[in-house]
Amino acid sequence: MNRLTITKTPKPYVGGAFIRSESGRTFSLHDAAGNFFANIPQCTRKDLRNAVEAAAKAGPGWAKRTPYNRGQILYRLGEMLEARRREMIDSMVLFGCDKNRATKGMEISIDRLIYYAGWADKYEQVLGSVNPVAAPYFNFTVTEPMGVVGLIAPDRPPLLPLISLLAPAIVSGNTVVALASEHMPYPAILFGEMLATSDLPGGVVNILTGFRKELVPTFATHTHLRAIVAAVNADDRKALALGAAESVKRTRFLDAAETDWFADSAQNLYAIRDTLEFKTTWHPVGA
Amino acid sequence: MTSAAREISFGFTLQRENSERMSVRFSLPAFRRLFDEIGPVDQIGVEERVAKYTTRSIKKNSKLWGLKTAVSMVDLTTLEGKDTPGKVASLCRKALRPHDDPEIPQVAAVCVYPAMVRHARRVLGSDTAVRIASVATSFPSGQAPLRTRIGEVKSAVADGADEIDMVINRGAFLAGEFDRVQDEISAVKEAGGTATLKVILEVSELETYDNVRAASFIAMEELREGDFIKTSTGKTSLNATLGNNQVMIEAIRDFFLDTGIAISMKPAGGIRTAKQALQFLIAVKETLGDAWLNNARYRFGASSLLNDLLRQIEKEKTGAYQAPYYFSEAAESY
Amino acid sequence: MSTLASEKKKSSSRNGRAAPELIFGDLWEYDPSPETADPKLKSRYELFINGEFVAPKSGKYFDSINPANELKLAEIALAGAADVEAAYQAAQNAFDKTWSKLAGRERAKYLFRIARLLQDRAREFAVAETLDGGKPIKESRDFDVPMAAAHFFYHAGWADKLEYVAPGARVAPLGVVGQVIPWNFPLLMLAWKIAPALAMGNCVVLKPAETTSITCLKLAEIIRDAGLPPGVVNFVTGAGEVGAAVMAHPLAAKVAFTGSTEVGKIIMRSLAGSGKKMTMELGGKAANIVFDDAPLDQAVEGIVNGIFFNQGHVCCAGSRLLVHEPVADQVIAKLKNRIRVLRVGDPIDKNTDIGAINSKEQLRKITELVDSGVKEGAEIFQPACRLPTKGFYFRPTIFSDVTMSHRIAREEIFGPVLSILTFRTVDEAIEKANNTAYGLSAGVWTDKGSRILKMSTELKAGVVWANTYNKFDPTSPFGGYKESGFGREGGRQGLLDYGKLA
Repeated sequence: MNRLTITKTPKPYVGGAFIRSESGRTFSLHDAAGNFFANIPQCTRKDLRNAVEAAAKAGPGWAKRTPYNRGQILYRLGEMLEARRREMIDSMVLFGCDKNRATKGMEISIDRLIYYAGWADKYEQVLGSVNPVAAPYFNFTVTEPMGVVGLIAPDRPPLLPLISLLAPAIVSGNTVVALASEHMPYPAILFGEMLATSDLPGGVVNILTGFRKELVPTFATHTHLRAIVAAVNADDRKALALGAAESVKRTRFLDAAETDWFADSAQNLYAIRDTLEFKTTWHPVGA
Repeated sequence: MTSAAREISFGFTLQRENSERMSVRFSLPAFRRLFDEIGPVDQIGVEERVAKYTTRSIKKNSKLWGLKTAVSMVDLTTLEGKDTPGKVASLCRKALRPHDDPEIPQVAAVCVYPAMVRHARRVLGSDTAVRIASVATSFPSGQAPLRTRIGEVKSAVADGADEIDMVINRGAFLAGEFDRVQDEISAVKEAGGTATLKVILEVSELETYDNVRAASFIAMEELREGDFIKTSTGKTSLNATLGNNQVMIEAIRDFFLDTGIAISMKPAGGIRTAKQALQFLIAVKETLGDAWLNNARYRFGASSLLNDLLRQIEKEKTGAYQAPYYFSEAAESY
Repeated sequence: MSTLASEKKKSSSRNGRAAPELIFGDLWEYDPSPETADPKLKSRYELFINGEFVAPKSGKYFDSINPANELKLAEIALAGAADVEAAYQAAQNAFDKTWSKLAGRERAKYLFRIARLLQDRAREFAVAETLDGGKPIKESRDFDVPMAAAHFFYHAGWADKLEYVAPGARVAPLGVVGQVIPWNFPLLMLAWKIAPALAMGNCVVLKPAETTSITCLKLAEIIRDAGLPPGVVNFVTGAGEVGAAVMAHPLAAKVAFTGSTEVGKIIMRSLAGSGKKMTMELGGKAANIVFDDAPLDQAVEGIVNGIFFNQGHVCCAGSRLLVHEPVADQVIAKLKNRIRVLRVGDPIDKNTDIGAINSKEQLRKITELVDSGVKEGAEIFQPACRLPTKGFYFRPTIFSDVTMSHRIAREEIFGPVLSILTFRTVDEAIEKANNTAYGLSAGVWTDKGSRILKMSTELKAGVVWANTYNKFDPTSPFGGYKESGFGREGGRQGLLDYGKLA
């Protein structure tokens, strides 16, 4: 007789813990073959509100870590992802991804994390500057993380875009609230488990599962989200931009359809720059 | 102290219309003068210095010596709204006999609220080396009229307190009214008579090391040899750290080398483990030297520290790590 | 220093008594506390060429001793010209066939692995470093080894981001680089040299100092465990002759040398006309400048760190204290009290602050210069402390009343010896600080921000530390002006020295 398996209750990773929605609602998820897989928490705007609280709380501590420390933690996240690469690929194939693409996507996801880990203690040297003002002052420009950042990844592929948005945001000290794929949320849930085992403090990355239509409006209007980076369609872009206007959020939109997440061009220094502020200080030079 | 003595005078001589000479006294605010005199403190530099204490490795006999000395320096403390004569009696018995081992010294003192002093005196008796310290001056905030605070001091001494732990007026300090801070210390000292005075700076409210150094000097100028400066009330979220301990003992050292008067030091609150206590003693050894490694010159304001010291002493002697329940409770719960 | 009211206290309490003094005696002696972790030393270390440990063609070995007790630690292979040739061939081959063909992100992964493996074996390496070189275990454990790992980790991240290193230009690797490193920070200097070289895509032939070869050859084990392709890194061991062969080899597109100015000049002469790129990190005689408004206790700590860290075997050591006259007596008094509690002794003891001098030869040099200081009339102070009977040790020493004409103010001593000079004005401090052929580093202690920036602008030094000293980071470029050398190590600026603009 075949051994019966213990089925899993998938929960998204928010505030350093695995949560059910405060509303108690779930939606059922079926695999590519049509079999029932699990019930997934259907997060509400209150869950989003709680996630933003958690991200705000984690912000100062995360921003104050040394860049070296943040780089090491992102590297460790890469170690965790590498160790569970096969499980991750299987989870994508189960929901209909092509196995070769899933494998390639996983490799790129891991390498992308390592890529951004390596920027942690370097981007300042390229983006910051000492400015030669025409007066006897030492004038320097440094970067600072913006704070709590909202991230909305496209529905597919289920993991690579999420990592591509998340890594450049947190490497500089931002904390994030991210919306997982609506139709293929399970890889993001698994990724939450890797976040939990990577020395990343709770609250730095918060991932919500649920329906785009219900959550995008709150991403748009929550004033504590200081920036939104989103790969969404034109309607959602408009909605987010309108909401951003109310609290002068910084926004960065990528075209979900046009972006080739597998290409090298999908990772670069300027993705980090998208969620940085610049501060310039003057000080006299003299005896 | 007259205002004239407090001014630094920069004498400017002006020619007046009718050839009269006039000199002008130009005086800086007191707080700027004080900070200029005592010099600045670099926070990162202090913290680097004290980090070196945490990498010292104290073993075997030197560890036993340190632990026993620390026991003898404890001001065993209970300062809770729910203190009762019974609790204080338990504390005093523990102070007299911390553990079954006869080689373990008594602690230096018990520290209680003024209302509890007479209960402590009754239990300790009049012929004991263990002293009774009373907090006073509307501890911990100090926010009461001066006459009330002075009254408290007198009453505690009358009830049998050997030592008074007072709080400085932080509001006055932060407003730059250094005279007032000093005058109040002076008044408390007088009200206490021969009782040892410990002046609590409340480092968490002073916030910067520069302020801690300044407050140390302001206090020391009013103190006698045998009196103390003390870090904190233990009632805020930041108490004694190696950093503020270092700033204060450096001030004590500078004051001693300048005047010959040896002021004593008491870090209080936040020192819970034997390991920490040893680090504080290392700081004393390397900054103030041998003359401060005794309980006339250094105290720990603590409660749960005592049992951790006892556990470590037992571990040193037997080689076995100890469960907490082998040691009598006194300070943590009743 | 007197406070307002202490004037009155002073007169009433001193009345002809002796000046108050602190007692730093033996009331509480620390018991010995040796680090017991196993350094896992081999009795014999071979050369590391083309990914293998190979015996030297000559069959010759030399001893490496522990300067703390003069006992032999291991035998080290003595490389000859043929071995150096083999190493370069291996490096060139690895460069042509493998390393130059790997994507940057893959090169990065090897460097990340090396960093992590070194972190795993940190304690073992720290003990080995202390035994071989004489530095206190506290320093190798808390500084040398973690910093070496950090250098690998930092440079790993650059390997796939080289398009950002030189804005407006593409960078390409040079090929094979030859490197010679000194004995004062053996493992750390190794990391400083090979991490950027590899990140940039070069292959390496490196010679460690003859008195400190062990951690280098242990790192070869890690390099193997990390799977680094054979020939990318090669180690040849020996003394001056081997070093000269490494520097002069025709396959070396660039050479990097850290050591004394004297030897640096010898190398530069021998390479004149060869067209080889060079970087030199040479000696120093840094001025540590303390103004009257400095945070004095922290400045004293900085002075102590500056000259007694690693027994003063540091090219950027703050070996000249320039103190503002108004506070000179006070600073010197505080300094004396501070050094009275420094512990000189067996480096393997966790409480040792000042370890062993690296070699008998170095001890002789230090002694000779200190004697000259006494002879030339400077005032010497050394705390009373018992030195071990075996091994090479020197007490922390300070000289006051030193002027720029004294030998001890001009020549690099490379030992725990501080020369103290005074100055009256900012301009005089700048002048005195710059009055040397060296220009590696300097320290400035003052509360005034604008003065820090002015001093930093005027001091002819590659590294200026303000209100701190001896701070290092892989992101922070390090290197000197004038005869302290040229080229930088660390940071974005340091990387460029290992590439060429294409």
